[in-house]
Amino acid sequence: MGIKWDEFFITGDPLILGSQIAILLTMIGAVAGITYLKKWKYLWTEWLTTVDHKKIGIMYIISAVLMFFRGGMDGLLMKAQTARPEMEFLNSQHYNEIFTTHGVIMILFMAMPFLIGLMNVVIPLQIGARDVAFPQLNALSFWLFFSGAMLFNISFVIGGSPDAGWTSYFPLAGKEFSPGIGNNFYAVALQIAGIGTLMTGINFIVTILKMKTKGMTLMKMPMFTWTTFVTSILIVAAFPIFTVALALMTFDRLYGTHFFTVSGGGMDMLWANLFWLWGHPEVYIVALPAFGIFSEVIATFSRKSLFGYKSMVFSILGIALLSMVVWVHHFYTMGSGPAVNSFFSITTMAIAIPTGVKMFNWLFTMRKGRIKITSAMLWALAFVPCFVIGGVTGVMLAMGAADYQYHNTLFLVAHFHYVLIPGVVFAVFAGLYYWWPKMFGFMLNEKIGKWHFWLFVIGFNVTFMPMFFLGLNGAVRRAYTYSAESGFAPLFMLSAIGSIILAAGFAVFCYNIYWSIRYADRNISSDPWDARTLEWSTASPVQFYNFAKLPEVKSLDPFWHMKKKNEGLTLYDSEIEEIHMPSNSWLPIYMGVIFGIAGFLLVFEWHIAAAVAAIGIFAGLIIRSFDYNEGFHVTKDEIHRIENAWRKTEGEVHDHVS
Amino acid sequence: MSAKVDTSLPLEYQTEQDRMNILGFWVFLGAEIVLFATLFGVYGVLYERYAGGPTHKDIFVIKDVMIQTVLLLTSSFTMGIAIFEMRRHNLKGLITWLVITLALGAGFLFMEINEFIHYAHEGATMQTSAFLSSLFVLLGTHGAHVTLGIGWATMVIIQLLKRGLTPTTARKTFIIGLYWHFLDVVWIFIFTFVYLKGLVA
Repeated sequence: MGIKWDEFFITGDPLILGSQIAILLTMIGAVAGITYLKKWKYLWTEWLTTVDHKKIGIMYIISAVLMFFRGGMDGLLMKAQTARPEMEFLNSQHYNEIFTTHGVIMILFMAMPFLIGLMNVVIPLQIGARDVAFPQLNALSFWLFFSGAMLFNISFVIGGSPDAGWTSYFPLAGKEFSPGIGNNFYAVALQIAGIGTLMTGINFIVTILKMKTKGMTLMKMPMFTWTTFVTSILIVAAFPIFTVALALMTFDRLYGTHFFTVSGGGMDMLWANLFWLWGHPEVYIVALPAFGIFSEVIATFSRKSLFGYKSMVFSILGIALLSMVVWVHHFYTMGSGPAVNSFFSITTMAIAIPTGVKMFNWLFTMRKGRIKITSAMLWALAFVPCFVIGGVTGVMLAMGAADYQYHNTLFLVAHFHYVLIPGVVFAVFAGLYYWWPKMFGFMLNEKIGKWHFWLFVIGFNVTFMPMFFLGLNGAVRRAYTYSAESGFAPLFMLSAIGSIILAAGFAVFCYNIYWSIRYADRNISSDPWDARTLEWSTASPVQFYNFAKLPEVKSLDPFWHMKKKNEGLTLYDSEIEEIHMPSNSWLPIYMGVIFGIAGFLLVFEWHIAAAVAAIGIFAGLIIRSFDYNEGFHVTKDEIHRIENAWRKTEGEVHDHVS
Repeated sequence: MSAKVDTSLPLEYQTEQDRMNILGFWVFLGAEIVLFATLFGVYGVLYERYAGGPTHKDIFVIKDVMIQTVLLLTSSFTMGIAIFEMRRHNLKGLITWLVITLALGAGFLFMEINEFIHYAHEGATMQTSAFLSSLFVLLGTHGAHVTLGIGWATMVIIQLLKRGLTPTTARKTFIIGLYWHFLDVVWIFIFTFVYLKGLVA
């Protein structure tokens, strides 16, 4: 029982028609542009088939910025709709679709890939490795994420968007109340992207455990590496739960099973439990690496070692452990009883303790430091007070009894935006400004960066601060409109104005990228921040083999100590050896495409066609099984030439301190 | 790649990449444990929600389940012998025991498909009740894993025939061995918490 052909394209809404035309024109423009510039071969060999972790990381980041744009447009549309009472800009159905896709895209297709992108670029460099443990699997992870993201995104022009909220609670998300195919997109697209994420988690666990360079013990790992490691463990522990939940959802929607539908003996609360059993760790999957980025940025720009390194490590582990036992706090009001609610209240509040430890460690790192206010550091500085607001309101929400007052109001919405925007978005901006020169060999403009920063941070506070008060006054979330008598109008208007400032900040960020690509100084040191960790000991942009000779580590902040002692920076001819590198592969992108096609057909419930496409997936697996490509070797001469080129322009690395 | 063989290590642990692949597979099995644990949890929540449909006692046939169990447990044992033969560098023995393992696995699958057909005849499909939904998905996920394992091991056998016993083929064989034992462990839980519990309830 599939969809009718005349329902294939969404028609009748001028906003969506405009998007369809825009998408079509963009695609034609991109294809024409690449053809005109004769860049197809370059695109294919240098990017689409690459297994280089740095390029994969950059592709993740580009996708994440695009998704940020999409999710941000959703946010603006919502703010426009609620700017005035009884507004008739979006109807209720359209509003449902938009808050659903806003949530999914921002968490799963913006925050995660942005962080995974930074991890991909940085982690192998920080631990002194030449690549991740499984380079081709890494490319596969990216293409599966990309495929899932694209599948989810086309839903609003083809077939219809999911409309049951990013949590997709049953019975609303079931066939009975959502008979269209919108929620099929949710089930299938997230499944495909989720498989990619799981592979990333496995990849980074093995990479960090097995590929650390000589001398780097667990307690000498940089903080970003530590947080990535713990995040990867959380991914492996939590994502299979989501895999199962989505699979059961697919069965319920497509094949008439009764997991979550009360008819036939199912339980709708089972979905809520499974979803948040994954969903709460997911919050920390995105927050922990962000904490790692702040740790690196704050230590570098305070010119001090991170204060309380060990307590930082243990607090990460504590947060990770606690994150698995708090999921019920997402539905206190659904009748679990006082004993259960109390348990989850206490575990939830307990998370404030290790988080507080981290906060004070960052503050003590800055104390008596010679602080340098760069764009990256500004994001870290703004993070502290903003995140504390998010944290304190989180403790308010953690109280089960009090939650009966706040739940499903805009107070909650304001709380999690105050956690996720400073805790993740500020972090990825800090990380991007910080590692940009490592990725591309030039810096983002600091002056434009500060405009970006101030607009974004002011816009963020103006948008979300009023929502605390709206929520306490009883404004519910997910309602597309409100009456004039409610008295909400002024604060909603203020919030809408804030969102425009926020969007202006994002626009300035995009302009900064454009400006810097065109005009930024290319002749900079490979260590422009006078940084502390190993990624800064190689060229910028990094040579494809990362390190000509793998560095040896004796302490925390190894590169800082190398510079102080002037040890281990010089490369002698006798030390150069051939380097083994993996070859590019077309299989990962092929798998991404075939997964996307099979997923698309499954969304439309064209089961036979989907089964045929699935044969293509198995064909890919078999081809991979028989692939004995051993990669290639970089010759000594080539390494000599590459190393000479950057070391000569650099002079001695430790002299180049900006 | 593997010029020299270090005799102090098993063949599958020769290169750094091989060691990483094996560790990576262990981590993957960790994820698989979470996956099956979730399915068991779901089954645990729904296992008495019959919605007026057939119950455990109406559909389970203990004799067939015992045959399935014997087939799968024996296949795990023969997989062990196959890896033992691999350690002895006996390619012929390795392949023979792998084929026996797969034959036992195929026997298990045959029995399971019959079981499903039998259930359907009794009016027990996965659309009947929440209990049956969770039962079919739990058993089906395990069965799909066995099917995938048979296909995968077949690919490995072809490579062993083509390339002989090298560190790479040894590593691939070792990993499929881990996978196969894992499926066996999952089956022991299914046998206990689904069939035995269902029959004594």
